[in-house]
Amino acid sequence: MSQLWRATAPLNNLRKRAQIFAQIREFFATRDVLEVETPLMTSAAVSDPYIDTIECRYHPLPGQQEQPRYLQSSPEYAMKRLLASGSGAIYQICKAFRNGECGRRHNPEFTMLEWYRPGFDHHQLMDEVEALVGPVIGMKGFQRISYSALFRQYLKLDLQTATVQELAAITRQHIDIKMEDDNRDNWLNLLMSHVIEPQLADKGAVFVYDYPASQAALSRVAEDPDGQPVACRFELFIAGVELANGYYELTDAAEQAKRFAKDIAQRQTEGLPLRPTDSLLVDALESGMPECAGVAMGLDRLVMLALGTEQISDVIALPFDRA
Amino acid sequence: MANYPSNQFKNGLKVMIEGDPCSMVDVEFVKPGKGQAFTRVKLKNLITGRTWERTFKSNETAESADVMDTDMEYLYCDGEMWHFMDPQSYEQVAADKTAVGDAHQWLKEQDKCLVTLWNNNPISITPPNFVELEVTETDPGLKGDTAQGGSKPAKLQSGAVVRVPLFIEQGDILKIDTRSGEYVSRA
Repeated sequence: MSQLWRATAPLNNLRKRAQIFAQIREFFATRDVLEVETPLMTSAAVSDPYIDTIECRYHPLPGQQEQPRYLQSSPEYAMKRLLASGSGAIYQICKAFRNGECGRRHNPEFTMLEWYRPGFDHHQLMDEVEALVGPVIGMKGFQRISYSALFRQYLKLDLQTATVQELAAITRQHIDIKMEDDNRDNWLNLLMSHVIEPQLADKGAVFVYDYPASQAALSRVAEDPDGQPVACRFELFIAGVELANGYYELTDAAEQAKRFAKDIAQRQTEGLPLRPTDSLLVDALESGMPECAGVAMGLDRLVMLALGTEQISDVIALPFDRA
Repeated sequence: MANYPSNQFKNGLKVMIEGDPCSMVDVEFVKPGKGQAFTRVKLKNLITGRTWERTFKSNETAESADVMDTDMEYLYCDGEMWHFMDPQSYEQVAADKTAVGDAHQWLKEQDKCLVTLWNNNPISITPPNFVELEVTETDPGLKGDTAQGGSKPAKLQSGAVVRVPLFIEQGDILKIDTRSGEYVSRA
């Protein structure tokens, strides 16, 4: 008999996990943030070209009239529809699903904490993230550094002037890779994940904010103190692990529709699967979503950090290969 | 030869990189929340022994290398080549100095070694973790000094020189850990 039936996470880790989840719920209860649930199985899929949605099939009659559904990769669209419906501050702890994401720090089905704060901008939300995460992992004094300052500090790179060719050349000095790409962001992401992130490993908790406008995703774009357009977005790295991604949210319906179209175009260019985008989100923004900031956090990774373990299978009872 | 897609990379997989057989020592899936997925692999070149990191795009593949680890018996050295035999098929292979490397100092006739073959040619030799070898040369032990420890060099039948306790004498058979090159005990 194989041992695959057995849970991979030690019971003590599962107890810690449960305790952290209770702590999170307590945190939001005292701050009057409402816990909500939104569908895991949706009619539209995420547009982000580098997130591949897992498809499933709904049958009104057994084996007949098949309708495609998509396992949500993040509850963002649905939660924004709640905000536009007048929910006020909300949070959710749910499963999210992503094709192909399986590794030491990835499980294709993982647990996400996502919350939204009407009236907050991304800096206020960073304060709240720190207030939640600090006690869980026993860290204080989270650092904050802008994306451009980070590249200046670690790579001596000026992002205002660096060309794609320069980015590629610097990447190749650090990484052995066969890649030809004229997409600037792909090089930036590679430098971030392969060169900068590992150097953040001994830097404790670091918020990186003000991303390149081209990486705005669902955040609004504003001007930084140098007058450069930047995405009002942040990520939290703890011990070099990407833990959370937050936005001062885009509320402009027309701009949202434009970004969906841009993602679809990129998917077409790169030969990636095309799936329906969420027109209901655009409608919700059209009808009016409050100004707010929102953030998504990987809870499995938070538990890993609290326990100091390196493997996601240490904190998920039955990971993907045993699911 | 088969091609492995990057999602099937795993530790121990043998692949061809720029003409040389390599072994994957560590495989890490890298995927930022936003951004492309990559597989970062620590590789060991099985010819040169060099290890380094290489990053593969998710749609990249790697050609499999015909590398096989086989248990073989060490036969003899003719001064230039070291000869090994497969005890099942009696097939023999000859390994040159590059392939044998530092292992030569632990080789004793009839000992079982791990021979790594690439396209049926030996590229590296791994001696057993522990070998038993006779002392061919060492200074006489100093009687009465054993309680204080201390060590002296001893030359073994395979040519290796190891540090041994003072009570070891010429003709003793010693157990040696080949991974550290250290004396373990008398056999």
